[in-house]
Parts: sequence; structure tokens; C-alpha cells
Amino acid sequence: MKLTLHVWRQAGPSARGRFVRYDVPDGSPDMSFLELLDVLNQQLIARKEEPIAFDHDCREGICGACGMVINGRPHGPQRATTACQLHLRHFADGAEIWIEPWRARAFPIVKDLVVDRAAFDRIVQAGGFITARTGSAPEANSILVPKPAADLAMDAAACIGCGACVAACPNASAMLFVAAKVSHLGLLPQGQPERDARVMQLVAQMDAEGFGACSNHGECMAACPKEISIDFIARLNRDYIRGTFL
Amino acid sequence: MAQPLAVQPSATPSLARSLIGMKAIMATSGVILFLFVVGHLLGNLKVFQGPEHFNAYAEGLRTVGAPFLGRGQLLWVVRVVLLFALGAHIWAAIAVTRASWRARPIGYQRLESTHTTYAARTMRWGGVIILLYVIYHLLDFTFGRVNPSFIPGDAYHNVVASFRLWPVSAFYGVAMVVVGLHVYHGVWSALQTLGLHRAPTERWRRGAAGVIAAAIVAGYVAIPAAVLAGWLR
Repeated sequence: MKLTLHVWRQAGPSARGRFVRYDVPDGSPDMSFLELLDVLNQQLIARKEEPIAFDHDCREGICGACGMVINGRPHGPQRATTACQLHLRHFADGAEIWIEPWRARAFPIVKDLVVDRAAFDRIVQAGGFITARTGSAPEANSILVPKPAADLAMDAAACIGCGACVAACPNASAMLFVAAKVSHLGLLPQGQPERDARVMQLVAQMDAEGFGACSNHGECMAACPKEISIDFIARLNRDYIRGTFL
Repeated sequence: MAQPLAVQPSATPSLARSLIGMKAIMATSGVILFLFVVGHLLGNLKVFQGPEHFNAYAEGLRTVGAPFLGRGQLLWVVRVVLLFALGAHIWAAIAVTRASWRARPIGYQRLESTHTTYAARTMRWGGVIILLYVIYHLLDFTFGRVNPSFIPGDAYHNVVASFRLWPVSAFYGVAMVVVGLHVYHGVWSALQTLGLHRAPTERWRRGAAGVIAAAIVAGYVAIPAAVLAGWLR
């Protein structure tokens, strides 16, 4: 299939970027979106041009490395799908596709479609874990976890930290990410001792990184490849208010 | 690396310094303003009971609480609370809006929205319109400066005199629709922001907010509509 791509090219963090048009005549419906970029990059290399830089790792939708805004939608038009698992069969032959990096002050562009998501790492480092060193896995039944809490914690823990929530948010807010990180520990017994301090520190770091405020548009939930619900944002808000007053 | 064992008691938490806290302030002050909007509507609907009832209600707002409170004291308490809530609401709105604008200095060529609503997207400018409207509304019915024939103490007359002019009624109608949109997003959004949320709430909170907002718009718009139709004269 024939595709026309408009790709954001930016040589470096402080360089001026612009869209460059590329015609790819030999796409296949079975290709993933990243394979399409691979094919295009081979052509660019053959022409002695600079290949397009983009993040990728597992290519099976579980690592959170890939991510780009495809036709105005983070990870493209397919629901609950990362860019690496998005296949060209979802595009019409002859389609025109616009590809941009995540755009947020907290995610500065490194090159082309690659952004620096270290802000997420710093948020997790601020307390998104349990400090007790537990050694090897304990006997599973020694701490009982109610099944609904375990399921909900698992839903939150599905977050792969790709940043699509920030990319989709009209406010470039990281609330869904932070909500997922706060909730998956806050729902479990092991997370209780540090629950209040954790939420305060993650939120303080989130604000320090320069993310925007949540205004409950719900775009993050719609863009999330793991379909994490904004219910977790309500949970984060409740935990934060609890941590402030109690 | 070498992060000290993280989770330590953090710096003094302050609602007014974090974005979530500012949103909580916005939601709380919004709830106060929402309760006023509902109460004001219930009072205003007494206009359909005729001039005596309506003017007695307007007078009652000043004498309520007697003999424990002096004339107008409770009214002023309510006014101060409302002004404080309005100030907090606007302050928080400006603060989070500025933070959000700063958070994306370079916009997208193209970003499609899939989940948001018209009401959510118009909260900021809608709020500005509502503020301008409230100023006009006070000049019209409280201060009487822009009312065509203001008679202090005769609230019924003032309402009819103003709404007989169709541009005034039209402006009022538009403002009420903006209020309705603001209330719709505000009500369900406040539940989210204050974390007053349990699994089943998700199912009805949007619907409930829609019904409440529609009832508010219908109730308020009924008054100028009745004046223009000649039912209230």
C-alpha cells in the first residue's frame, strides 16, 4: 500500500523542527507502524539521509518505550493499542498520516520523535515504591489481599509509563500516570504504611516537573494503551486530600 | 541513584501550592457557588406566585434570622461567603490555567479529542462570560444602575421592567446556557476532583449532572420567557 507521511523532524533539543513529507510506496497491511518507519528509514539511509529517530523496545505493546502522535491521536487511532502494535491494515491505501512527538514542557524533544520522559522516572523515584527491603517473595497467603482490591491494583499497575496520557491531555497533565502509580500501591496492604507520604511526594514531584493540571476531560483515558480509567485520578485526589488533612 | 529511602514526611503540604490542591479549592468553592445557583433559582421561581409573594421573599432575605439577627445581617454573611468563594474559584482557575498553558509551550499540528465534551472545553471562557454576566446582573437588579426603571424594594417590578427588553432577555438566556454548561461539567468534575467517587458513581454522575444543569437552565430561562410572553407583567 502507498502512504504519504508527514513526519516531525528536529535535529536536536534546541533545533527548529518542521514536518517533512515522505512517500512510502511499499507499505504492507501486515506491517506494524514502527515497521513502516523502519522501511522508510532504510530508504532514507540508502539515500544517505538522516533516518527518523523514534523510541522503541519490546514491540509487543508492553514496555512503554514507543509513542508518537499519529493523525492527532497518541499511539494512533486504534483503541488500547501502542504504536508498535498498530498495524497498517487500520489505514486506507493512499492515506496521509501526520506523525508528531509527544508535546509537553516536561517531555523535551531529544530528536525527531524521541522525547525525554525522565520526568516520569523522577516521579517514581520520589516515592513510587515500597521502601521495605523484603528479600525474596514471601509466602503468598501470609498477607491476605481481597480479590477486588487485587484486581483494581492490577488495573492500575498495567500502566507502562509511555506518556500517552500527557500527550493526549489538553493541559499536558500527568495525573493519570501519577494516579496509576499511587493507586496500585495504595490499594494493597503492603502500600499502606507509606500511603500518605507517597502521594504527597509523587504529587510534589509531578508539579515540579511542570506538568499541567487535570480538568477532567478524560482524553488520557481514551488514549491510554492500557485503558487505565480516570477513576484512579479520583482515587489520587482523595488520597491527596486525605494526606493533606489527616 | 542513592535516593535516600524515599518516602519521608514531605514538606508542609499545602492545598494552595499544589495543582491538585488548587483543583480541590476550585471544586469546593464551586460547590458553594452551585448551591447558591440552586437556592437563587428556587427563590426566583416565586416570581410566578405574583408580586406580593415575590417581593415578600425579597424582603424576607433581609429579615431572615430576626429577632436574633439584625436586618440584612445574614444576607451580608451569605454575600461575604459567596464573594470569598468566587474569589477562590477565580484565583484557582487562573492558577491552574496558567500552569496548563505553561505545560505545553509548543502545540500540536493536529490533536484530535475523543472523550472531552463541549462543556469541558468551554469552562475557561465560559467562566469569563459568567463573571461578566454576573457583574451586569448585579448592576441591573441589585444596584439598579442599568435597570430601565429601578424601584428599590419592588423586585418584581424591576424583573419585569428589565426582561421586557428582548436584548436583556436574550443576553440572560445565553448566559444561562453558559451557566448550564459550566454547571454540567462542574458538578460531575467536582465529584472527581474531591475524590467523592466510588465505582457505581461513574455510571450516574454525568447523567445526574446533565439533568441538574438542564433543570437549572430551564428554571432560569422560564422567567424572561414568561415576561416576554406576557404572562408576567
